[in-house]
Amino acid sequence: MTELLGISPQALFGQLLIGLINGSFYALLSLGLAVIFGLLNIINFAHGALYMMGAFVGWYLLQYLGLGYWWALIISPVLVGLFGMVIEKTMLKRLHGLDHLYGLLLTFGLALIIQGLFRNQFGSSGQPYVIPKELAGGVNLGFMFLPLYRGWVIIASLVVCFATWYVIERTKLGSYLRAATENPALVQAFGINVPRLITLTYGFGVALAAFAGVMAAPIYQVNPTMGADLIIVVFAVVVIGGMGSIMGSIVTGFGLGVAEGLTKVFYPEASNTVIFVIMAIVLMIKPAGLFGRTA
Amino acid sequence: MNKLRTTLLAAMSLIAANAAHAEMSGNVVKIGVLNDQSSLYTDLAGQGSVVAAQMAVEDFGGKVNGTAIEIVSADHQNKADVGSNAAREWLDVGGVDVIVDVPNSGVALAVNEIVKEKNKVFLISGAASSALTGEKCSPNTVHWTYDTWSLANGTGKAIVKTGGDSWYFITADYAFGHALEKDTAAVVESNGGKVLGAVRAPLNNADFSSFLLQAQSSGAKIVGLANAGADTTNAIKQAAEFGIVAGGQSLAGLLIFITDVHALGLPTAQGLIFTESFYWDNNDATRAFAKKFAERDGGIHPTMIHAGVYSAVTHYLKALAAVGADSDGKAVVDKMKELPTEDPLFGKGTIRADGRKIHDMYLFEVKKPEESKGPWDYYKLRATIPAAEAFRPLDKGGCPFVK
Repeated sequence: MTELLGISPQALFGQLLIGLINGSFYALLSLGLAVIFGLLNIINFAHGALYMMGAFVGWYLLQYLGLGYWWALIISPVLVGLFGMVIEKTMLKRLHGLDHLYGLLLTFGLALIIQGLFRNQFGSSGQPYVIPKELAGGVNLGFMFLPLYRGWVIIASLVVCFATWYVIERTKLGSYLRAATENPALVQAFGINVPRLITLTYGFGVALAAFAGVMAAPIYQVNPTMGADLIIVVFAVVVIGGMGSIMGSIVTGFGLGVAEGLTKVFYPEASNTVIFVIMAIVLMIKPAGLFGRTA
Repeated sequence: MNKLRTTLLAAMSLIAANAAHAEMSGNVVKIGVLNDQSSLYTDLAGQGSVVAAQMAVEDFGGKVNGTAIEIVSADHQNKADVGSNAAREWLDVGGVDVIVDVPNSGVALAVNEIVKEKNKVFLISGAASSALTGEKCSPNTVHWTYDTWSLANGTGKAIVKTGGDSWYFITADYAFGHALEKDTAAVVESNGGKVLGAVRAPLNNADFSSFLLQAQSSGAKIVGLANAGADTTNAIKQAAEFGIVAGGQSLAGLLIFITDVHALGLPTAQGLIFTESFYWDNNDATRAFAKKFAERDGGIHPTMIHAGVYSAVTHYLKALAAVGADSDGKAVVDKMKELPTEDPLFGKGTIRADGRKIHDMYLFEVKKPEESKGPWDYYKLRATIPAAEAFRPLDKGGCPFVK
């Protein structure tokens, strides 16, 4: 058996692995979106811009403060997360209880402003960010050359995704969060500070985006439009997975990364539309998404 | 009585002024810079092209035969429909006389037809497709800075001659990428090399690893990048990551701008070989231009596209001054072809019957980090391709009105 689906099995395994790597980013970003939508009912269109900010903060730390990748992986999500909390406190909070459309428009506007400011300041070509030396190089897996950094991306994002899932679905804190979504007034009556819980949740979702941004910095150019290019795809992932479903966004994130990777081999011209085709099909068959709870 | 005389005098001077300017429609010469101002081609064209056009107008004295010159600009978002709409609006109601730049060959091909239909002038600096002076040529168009044929001819030939005789292309999936791939493949094959395959990547694609793996498994000695801007920088960066170069294959960036090299950084970009028509550090005149330009474009040093906009607008204004009227775009372009070109950035040159501007092209190599004296000191000259050989021969283009 030298050929499988018209290409060698080696090439096929390679492409599957690459699909998983790209899926890691989809999963990390759609997870943040799902957390925010699930608990705040906000469609966070600023997510891509915040992902880009995360990458830029990482770049800034390296360029001006000499703090490398590992520091950036911690500091950048914290800083961008704080920025997100300020947004929530000052702006999003006022939209509480209004139609989804208001939150969508506000965050979309914010995304345009943030991107515009960064483009004005840093230009569109982007800034270079080198792979940390601990993860430079790669290993030959026999069927492909796997850069160590890409391997790290898969592992780190799997760990972060499942830790988030665990906290929300299996711990006491998570149960407060879920209860606060169902019935904020009742949860507040039990003495839990619901507004603070919501602010922290938004901050956490945003921090996930910034984390993904730092992870992406060594692979892609650190570039003001890096988020805008990705966010539409990520929204499709969330829609396919089922709005607000944590596990759904993780599984579909990885799954669609693989589907896209395979398209790049068999029909590369369609690789930037395949996800939307899948989205259309899923919406026709299962309007609530693959893992959605309500129709 | 006194008042009546003043009024009369005022009226007369108005009429006189009008008479003097009657040849210029709307009493103003309007230059429209149409390009990507928000996406992957912003740094290499974008606002910089507007600045370059402004500098050309200022250096020309701000007026043509006493008529003021105005510059407007728009963002085509790399979409042919958005670009066409902007162009139509400019030409139909905006009073624009000449459209400049238009990177993205897909958009440029659409605008090319519109400008011809409206009999205005189209000065292309940003777009690359050699079809613009080939089968899609127009009597209203001048293609100034470079084209896919000249890039393929410069880079392709140089690489095949030094042993890179088997190629695999990663191609941007639109008019420009297809043209660049086609032209380069022709050069490779006519010099004795062969093309093993190609993959078409969507425009503005972030992750090239899948395409790079396909290139890797093809076993070709050279991976030709028939793309531009952020697509090229991402591909080069990820090729390093996947050990393409370490594994014995070489990258050929077929269209690389100085802003790309700046974005990649010398450690990643060093050793790349490519063809361009302009480098800011070429002589005193280009250095002076670059200094003034960088002050006005946020420190970005001019790319060949910016330089081309400056040079093309300068020559257009000269021709317009000689014709004296802007209503007949074809007449102005004919005058541009008749007059020899001369400016501080491209030196002396000519414009051919098919609209192709003819000048030298240069084969550059990116310096090693230790060879560079600082930011923007990036290129060393490998070879000069003389004007006579730099562009596709007139009879090979298939331009219908050139017999």
